[in-house]
Amino acid sequence: MAEPKRTTLSIRERDVPETALVPAEELKRQLPGVEPERQLNDWGRSERIEGIYDRLVADFYYRYWFRAEVEGIENIPSTGGALLVSNHAGALPPDAAMIAKAIKEEHPHPRPLNITVEHFFKGYPGFSMLVSKIGCVAAHPANVHRLLFDEEQLVLVFPEGRKGTEKLYKDRYRLRRFGRGGFVEAAMRAQAPIVPVCVVGAEEAAPIFAHVKLMQRLTGFLYFPITPTFPHFGLLGMAGYLPAKFKLRFLEPIHFEEEGMHEDKALVQTVAHEIRARIQENVWDMLAKRKSVWFG
Amino acid sequence: MDSKRILITGISRYWGGRLAQALERFPEVEAVIGVDNEEPQVELERTEYVKVGAQHALLRRVVEAAEIDTVVDTRLVVDSATMPGSRAHENNVMGTMNILAACTGGDSPVRKVVFKSSTHYYGCHQDDPAFFDETMSRPHPPRTGIERDIVEAESSLTEFAERHPETAVTILRFANVLGPDVETSHVKLFSLPAVPMILGFDPRYQFVHEDDVVHALEHAVGHRTPGVYNVAGDGVLALSEVAGLLGKQYAPVLPPWGTGIATSLIRRLGLEIPPEALNQMRFGRGVDNRRFKAAGFHYQHTSRETVLKLGEYLRLHPVVRGAQEPYRYEREVEDFLRWSPHVKNTRDKAVSALSRDQLAELQRLLTSFADTAGIDLGEDPTAERVAEAERRAAAAEEAARDASERIDKAEQAAERRASEAEQSAERRASEAERAAERRASDAKRRAKQAESRAAAEAEAREAETQAREAQARAREEARRAAPARRPVEHYDDLAAEEVIALLGSLEQGDLQTLREYERGHANRTRVLGAIDSVLARGITRV
Repeated sequence: MAEPKRTTLSIRERDVPETALVPAEELKRQLPGVEPERQLNDWGRSERIEGIYDRLVADFYYRYWFRAEVEGIENIPSTGGALLVSNHAGALPPDAAMIAKAIKEEHPHPRPLNITVEHFFKGYPGFSMLVSKIGCVAAHPANVHRLLFDEEQLVLVFPEGRKGTEKLYKDRYRLRRFGRGGFVEAAMRAQAPIVPVCVVGAEEAAPIFAHVKLMQRLTGFLYFPITPTFPHFGLLGMAGYLPAKFKLRFLEPIHFEEEGMHEDKALVQTVAHEIRARIQENVWDMLAKRKSVWFG
Repeated sequence: MDSKRILITGISRYWGGRLAQALERFPEVEAVIGVDNEEPQVELERTEYVKVGAQHALLRRVVEAAEIDTVVDTRLVVDSATMPGSRAHENNVMGTMNILAACTGGDSPVRKVVFKSSTHYYGCHQDDPAFFDETMSRPHPPRTGIERDIVEAESSLTEFAERHPETAVTILRFANVLGPDVETSHVKLFSLPAVPMILGFDPRYQFVHEDDVVHALEHAVGHRTPGVYNVAGDGVLALSEVAGLLGKQYAPVLPPWGTGIATSLIRRLGLEIPPEALNQMRFGRGVDNRRFKAAGFHYQHTSRETVLKLGEYLRLHPVVRGAQEPYRYEREVEDFLRWSPHVKNTRDKAVSALSRDQLAELQRLLTSFADTAGIDLGEDPTAERVAEAERRAAAAEEAARDASERIDKAEQAAERRASEAEQSAERRASEAERAAERRASDAKRRAKQAESRAAAEAEAREAETQAREAQARAREEARRAAPARRPVEHYDDLAAEEVIALLGSLEQGDLQTLREYERGHANRTRVLGAIDSVLARGITRV
């Protein structure tokens, strides 16, 4: 996640007091109000579609297919912005949906979760319509900042990104590099806490045995994996998950209350490493306590 | 209002016309001047139209002559369906450069430039942020002609702003405009029976109402707000939501692949979807509109309300279409309405006094007149006094003209009467007349002086009485001179019989004189007849 390029136009430097540097708090006050007549919010999230999806898909998988088990849900704040950081796995990762559903089901104050997704989704016909309707936003630093700071919402990021979903079954539960620490920077800028999340079960639910580079190039997909159900069951096979037992663990939040921390790149990197290490440790701990992949 | 003397480019296009109409309502705006190649399409009250395109040398002369302090550039073409690419480029890039060139120069009076731009500046791409703010540049170089033009035009503005730190440059980037009057590609798309979409895409759209566009430009003219601002209504709508608000179906008729080919086919059928709109129909765009709100601007419509308003219009339009005659600009009529002294403003009749802006205008005219005529108007004369003096002066002038007319008449009468009178009487009469004339001209000259206007009236009246006196005197003179030529003493006291009795004793010449006199005075037919008979006898005798 790269910082958006600051324009070098000098008009800005001179006119900073009028335009660029309107106090952040003032801008926060100018947020557009909610129009209760609307079913969609400004991000394109649709109450109606989300409701249908929740009842038809998420509910089934959460309760009966993955039989999700949750611990530490109280670590998610009831108010204010918070950045959830999770490990990531699976061909068409089911972990994000399960985290969102867990908050909806278990948290005393259920809040909508904004899931950051790759920009690529916006280019796929059909997907591009659907993902934004059910609460996914493009993983752009400006989007994350607006959600965390201005709108004070919950945001879920997968710092591993594509590298996480691409990894093969033999590399399961070994966390990839956490990007360039952009998520830490975003949280520091917005002064929002980071809640690390560990997910166990996703690797077994949608294992990837191999990648077919040629097909990837031919179809223009992000990747072309070989899974237990794909490609021989067609596109729907991407969502054909094995019934692995899901376990979710929300760790204690990390707070950043000092201003300007995000400018210290070394600190950002350190914190990113630390968070990765904590998630990795907890994942291993959860794996060690798991007796069965399918029954927990 | 921060600006007093405003130049609007693109007056013949929709935005220029609308803005001029809005600005000329402000009494504190002294002058609104609209320039364009073509004639205005809307009725303007006091905006002056100068037919000049983007020729910087000519524009600069206009700017300097009219001491323009604010230039509002509304010309930018942001919809490639409106004109071919090369013309749009000429207008957007070269035109902007020329207009900025007209505002340069060390002694340029321009202190503010307001530029109407578009959120097409940001483009529409897959990896866009959900809300562009003003500090972000577009993630990829522009690929469509219009976007390239906008980026180029804006860069020449930033360069101008750099070189002229004393000039406030405001760039307003407007989102897609909708409204009953404005014509854009999107209004056309939304007027179709169903809203066309690209299959599998439901882009996010943000709109701004046409009235909000005018108000935003007005806000930038009225306040000092240098910098770049996004102008878009609150709320970002999905295209399917727009269709719902318009009460229409959405029709995913465009294929997700080969969309360009499909659009060129559709163009053959008469529906133009410009390339920049096509990008938007795929990826959509949202902008952060908070900075302009923080600068004090209030929107009247959210995006949703804007679409609803358009929907209302689209439903009503087929019913009321053609009810109003379109406006046509006629140079002579406009000039007459602005400059003829015979035009009585309807607003005056209602208020009976001059309005504030008219007084200001009058005062300005008077001062400039006083400057050229070298008259000292004194320390800050109040507008009322000046107007009153002006009116009195006009009345005095009128009276003086009247007087001189009457003098002329009197002079003619006196001349006729005194034709038979003595030279001295004539001289005196002409002297009196000259004096009257001198007085009258004196009165006329004085009447021109604003401060002694009232006196002029009195003078004129005096001149009039003088003239009347002169006339009376001349008549008296003539009467007094006449008896010297009277052939009979106390002729006037004599009765007709007595006169007739006397006739026999008179000479031929005396008889002639007497006849003239009698005709001129008593004009008794018996006497005249008698004289004639005596004369006739005398002639036979001779």
